[in-house]
Amino acid sequence: MIPGVSITEILTLTSILFFIGIYGFITRKNLISILISVELILNASVVNFVIINKYLFPDVLQGVVYSIFIIAVAAAETALAVAIIINLYRQVSSVEVKETEVMKY
Amino acid sequence: MLRSVVYLLFVLIGIAGIYFLADYNFLAAIQLTVYAGGVVVLIIFSVLLVHHIEMQLEVANRKKQLLTGLLCFAGLAVFLTTIYSHPFDVAGKTVTTTTAQIGERLLDYGPGGFILPFEVISVLLLAAMIGAIIIAKGEKKIKNKQPHKSPEPDEEVSLETEQEIQLDRILNEKSTVETE
Amino acid sequence: MNLSYILLIPFVPLAVFLVLGIFNQKIKPAVSGYVGVAGLAISTLLSYYTAFQYFFVHGKADGVYQTFVDKFIWMHFTESLHIDMGYLIDPISVMMMVVVSTVSLMVNIYSRGYMKGDDGYTRFFAYLSLFTFSMFGLVLATNLFQIYIFWELVGVSSFLLIGYYYTKTSAIAAAKKAFIVTRFADFGFLIGIFIMGYYTGTFDFQELTNPEGVVILNWASTSFMGLSVITWALILIFMGGAGKSAMFPLHIWLPDAMEGPTPVSALIHAATMVVAGVYLVARLFPMFYLVEGGFALQIVAYVGAFSSLFAAIIAITQTDIKRVLAFSTMSQLGYMMMALGVSGFEGHEGVGYMASMFHLFTHAMFKALLFLGAGSVIHAVHSNYLKDMGGLRKYMPVTNITFLIAALAIAGVPPLAGFWSKDEILVAAYENSQFIYYIGVFVAGLTAFYMFRIYFGIFWGKDTKYEHTPHESPSSMTLPLLILAFLTLIAGFVPFSELVTADKTGFEAHLNLPLAAIAVGVGLIGIILAWIFYKKENDLATRFASAFGVFYKWTSHKFYFDEIYFFMARKVFFKSVAAPIAFFDKKFVDGTMEGIGNKTVLVSRKIKAIQSGKVQDYAFGFVAGVVIIAFVFIYIWTN
Repeated sequence: MIPGVSITEILTLTSILFFIGIYGFITRKNLISILISVELILNASVVNFVIINKYLFPDVLQGVVYSIFIIAVAAAETALAVAIIINLYRQVSSVEVKETEVMKY
Repeated sequence: MLRSVVYLLFVLIGIAGIYFLADYNFLAAIQLTVYAGGVVVLIIFSVLLVHHIEMQLEVANRKKQLLTGLLCFAGLAVFLTTIYSHPFDVAGKTVTTTTAQIGERLLDYGPGGFILPFEVISVLLLAAMIGAIIIAKGEKKIKNKQPHKSPEPDEEVSLETEQEIQLDRILNEKSTVETE
Repeated sequence: MNLSYILLIPFVPLAVFLVLGIFNQKIKPAVSGYVGVAGLAISTLLSYYTAFQYFFVHGKADGVYQTFVDKFIWMHFTESLHIDMGYLIDPISVMMMVVVSTVSLMVNIYSRGYMKGDDGYTRFFAYLSLFTFSMFGLVLATNLFQIYIFWELVGVSSFLLIGYYYTKTSAIAAAKKAFIVTRFADFGFLIGIFIMGYYTGTFDFQELTNPEGVVILNWASTSFMGLSVITWALILIFMGGAGKSAMFPLHIWLPDAMEGPTPVSALIHAATMVVAGVYLVARLFPMFYLVEGGFALQIVAYVGAFSSLFAAIIAITQTDIKRVLAFSTMSQLGYMMMALGVSGFEGHEGVGYMASMFHLFTHAMFKALLFLGAGSVIHAVHSNYLKDMGGLRKYMPVTNITFLIAALAIAGVPPLAGFWSKDEILVAAYENSQFIYYIGVFVAGLTAFYMFRIYFGIFWGKDTKYEHTPHESPSSMTLPLLILAFLTLIAGFVPFSELVTADKTGFEAHLNLPLAAIAVGVGLIGIILAWIFYKKENDLATRFASAFGVFYKWTSHKFYFDEIYFFMARKVFFKSVAAPIAFFDKKFVDGTMEGIGNKTVLVSRKIKAIQSGKVQDYAFGFVAGVVIIAFVFIYIWTN
């Protein structure tokens, strides 16, 4: 545990981070901004894993291992997303969500 | 735009700080290398690649922003009330975790071991790496590509080299990059 | 008797069809021709081998030809009622296999020359193989349902082949007409099968046709409108057979089917598919004969006799040689039906049955020969019409000779094939009904007349000026002609009465000299009349035609049957039945449905915004849902 910081405070912090991410994900019109928002959401959950592990069950490592996995998946996801964005940019010269909606037709 | 990525970097570094405080030094190191070092650089590159000076950032309309803001606050309220009303059973002791313990746990195939997810995640990373290369290559002929002599240390690196080629092309087109 | 190889006979053509169909574009035309011919050659050899084994090596046991069946249950309904798949080997199926494989093989060889250079060459061979497969399946069927499945398959392949020139409007119309008319007939067939299945509890031919079996002994158990239901079922099944075999009044598709390539006409619309109806009646013959004193068989006899006469009269006036042959086919099919209709069952009484099968056999040979000969002529002259032909004997000697042999055979001149089978039919008719006998004799005369009318018209008569000199067809086309001519010469000497009879025992057939003399005499009169009319160019025929006036006009319009059907369909049926139904349908049924439809469209317009495809909107909905559910579960349903 972190001296002087209670678990509720950190959970509050991660909740705020989480909802900032959600807000950005819904309102942003740019694919890269959306990607950044996704990173925020993922980080909020990773911190939750780690902190709950640390405060409530300090003897086990499950939370830490899971967060490593989540970081790995997030990295893979980012790499793919950036690849898609760049490919898309070549096709439509834009990374706006609006422009990509034509793909559904 | 670029600025928002820099802010993201600050957030990530801050989270790494939390890990340090929680005495998870290995996790903090991962956070710094993978996120601050890899992901953010990747995102910065993509921002630089796809942004023109004349581009206008489109923002959602007011009504939607307001509605989403309300929704988020409602959600936050639900979360916070739950968090504050829940009696957390804090252990109160401090255990320092070493990297060796994490490594042992990851490679452990006994009960509570994570060898299988570990392997799965490696395959996933490999697949993501290949997929990212192919997608980013686009219509270029994959046949002509020289096979890599040595395996890539990380998927981001390969992507970065890809993007540098792209960057040169775009820079040659004399279009400048801009930030938010 | 080892029959394990028998499935190869239908499945080799099927394999050929699949190969040619799938690799349609990838196969060179020359190769596909060889593949088609090779596949059929295998089937033909196996069929011949089967026939030889069946009739001569295995022979009779206790004086009766055995029936071999191998089948498995395919669909199970009740203990006794199930649909099987399998094969059935008995005299008529073996005989049909020989006919189908022989004619198919000849037509395949012939098509290699006839269709040369055509765009759909490979497709054509694929269709031919599909047809042959279906026909074998039909012949070998063990029960009513299996025969029905292959019956429809045959219909489909016939449809495909009639509409082979799918860019030609008339071909498409003809294909549709053939399909719809036969479908209409098959509807009767299907209902007949259902009635049969319901009241007898079986579809199996062996159980149905066993003369001592429960089905035939208990025919009278249920009756409907004064007739046994079994009789009704037989009449309906005969309706299907009449549709396929172009019996009056379901004949209208056959002449139009001549739009297909000539080899197709030879294979399907002369020798094999159209005899499926005759085969069906023959297959169920014990039922037709024994149920209700042969009432259904009487119908078969009269429909056959009438069709035979009717078609022969029309054939006289047609100017398109393929149509003449089509009506001739119809007339001969009527003959076969008639022979079945007048047949008895046991021993020598079954002479009609035997004669019908015999005629089916010989007719397949010489009618295929006639069609292929006509195709050869058409190939040379590029026209179907008699007016464009004449004096061709100088240019096409082989076609001339073979066509003459076939024409003599169909006219019943001894010792060619047609003479023997026709004679047996007339004997059977004479023994049963004088009336039908006279019709038969008259038709025999007409047949000789119209056949020699086109023969003289094509090969003798006036010397038409041709744009380019006609020449004899290539050897791939003349070879089948020669083979078929040879078969026509010898087919009459096959001892059919020993091999294929109603009760499978065989009997001693002998020539009834006075009747044979009458038949031959009538045939010769017909030939001589044709000779007088058409041998040299003269106006005798025209004068004769004008003397008959109205009758001639009627006949040349096929008694206006197409027009009557058209009128019936358009005016009577559409106006009185279809129009009110259509009105009801439009106003009430459609109105309701359209109302529902319109409402759906309106609602969907309203809710279309939800399904926008915008991931962010979805995310919004998702998060809102999660928040609401979390709220509800945390604060409201807390206990």
